Amino acid sequence: MEWQDEGVLVAMRRHGESAAIIEVFTATRGRHAGLVPGGGGRRMAPVLQPGAQLAVTWRARTEDHLGTYRVEPMQARAAQVMHDADALAGLSATTALLSWALPEREAHPALYARTLELLDALPGPDWPLHYALWELALLADMGFGLDLERCALTGATEGLAFVSPRSGRAVTAAAAAGQPWAAKLLPLPAFLHGDGDGSPGEIARALALSGHFLEHWLAPALERRGLPEARARLVSRLGRARV
Amino acid sequence: MSDGAGKEIERLIELMSRLPGLGPRSARRAVLAMIQRRSMMLEPLAQALADVSATARECVECGNIGTSDVCAICADPRRDASLVCVVEDVSDLWAMERTAQFRGRYHVLGGVLSALDGTGPEELRLPRLVALAGAPEVREVILALGTTVDGQTTAHYIAEALAGCSVEVSSLAQGVPVGGELDYLDDGTISAALRARRVMG
Repeated sequence: MEWQDEGVLVAMRRHGESAAIIEVFTATRGRHAGLVPGGGGRRMAPVLQPGAQLAVTWRARTEDHLGTYRVEPMQARAAQVMHDADALAGLSATTALLSWALPEREAHPALYARTLELLDALPGPDWPLHYALWELALLADMGFGLDLERCALTGATEGLAFVSPRSGRAVTAAAAAGQPWAAKLLPLPAFLHGDGDGSPGEIARALALSGHFLEHWLAPALERRGLPEARARLVSRLGRARV
Repeated sequence: MSDGAGKEIERLIELMSRLPGLGPRSARRAVLAMIQRRSMMLEPLAQALADVSATARECVECGNIGTSDVCAICADPRRDASLVCVVEDVSDLWAMERTAQFRGRYHVLGGVLSALDGTGPEELRLPRLVALAGAPEVREVILALGTTVDGQTTAHYIAEALAGCSVEVSSLAQGVPVGGELDYLDDGTISAALRARRVMG
């Protein structure tokens, strides 16, 4: 068996003395692992950094084998953000979440396109906004999309201020007023329904929102305990930037 | 598979083959070479192994491997105590020492933060580093960590952890290696080198 594709390196582990097992989020085959002979060596180290865009050729005797990858670098992204602690944390969180959340060998073309947009935005100033939206896209692609378009109680599209932690649907401030469950609602950052400026405070609230559903919806579905440590570090960094 | 060499020799070959850079075939050749030079190789090696086994330990100050509680570098009064070089592992410390350019002291972290391996700050020797950086004689902490995502994530983390100490925190330069030709370098190295360019003359 043999196929060629391109993708983003999301994980790399050394295997034996000189090989590496890598996970690549490919455009048409989703997250796909394979062995890179010589991938643990010095020559390949700059190429096999998380976030790298690779052209890959996968070969195996049968479909269900681990198989071997031949990789060609297309774009090195890690080096562009290594000097920026926040953007580097963003890169680590993105690749760690992809490795954590994506099922193996299942195509997610829409999420792949969103991921490329995010990774390409990382060296720029507004990447936290891209990242916050990307986490919601990840949830949606995994089948846990939030409904932030209209109020779950009244159907109103104006005045949306909260999200129900149980249903993942938006609620207006008016509908929540005086209700005994109002204190349990999650704040809905304005930029997620077309208003707001994506300020650091709004980004932090957006990450708290997506973090809740990643932890309470997606993690149990994947039978995983907790979220990747890299995401927690990113949230902590961006939270501090808000202060 | 037995070589017909006796179980003691087989055992030695098997142990040697677990060492980095050696496989069963090269371990067999090494063992044979040692046995054939018994007085010049095998016996001194056995003695050296026994000595190291009895004395090798981790330095309580920096985490280096030495033969006493405080390693030769930490015990050397000629070393500049105002400079501390932070490295990931003992092999990195030894690589720095080979250059004979650095005359300060070291701190071995014992790893780097890793999202994939689940290595968090609590697995690293960070509290000791923060205490060391707070000492009045320390002027600069040099972060000599790998130019990898994990290495640089750790470097940023340490720089923040030391923000409260009155020390300068620096890191090694990144760029074109000695003997490197641009045509053979990866894009990431070239962009890092471009960013770290300096004025000539």
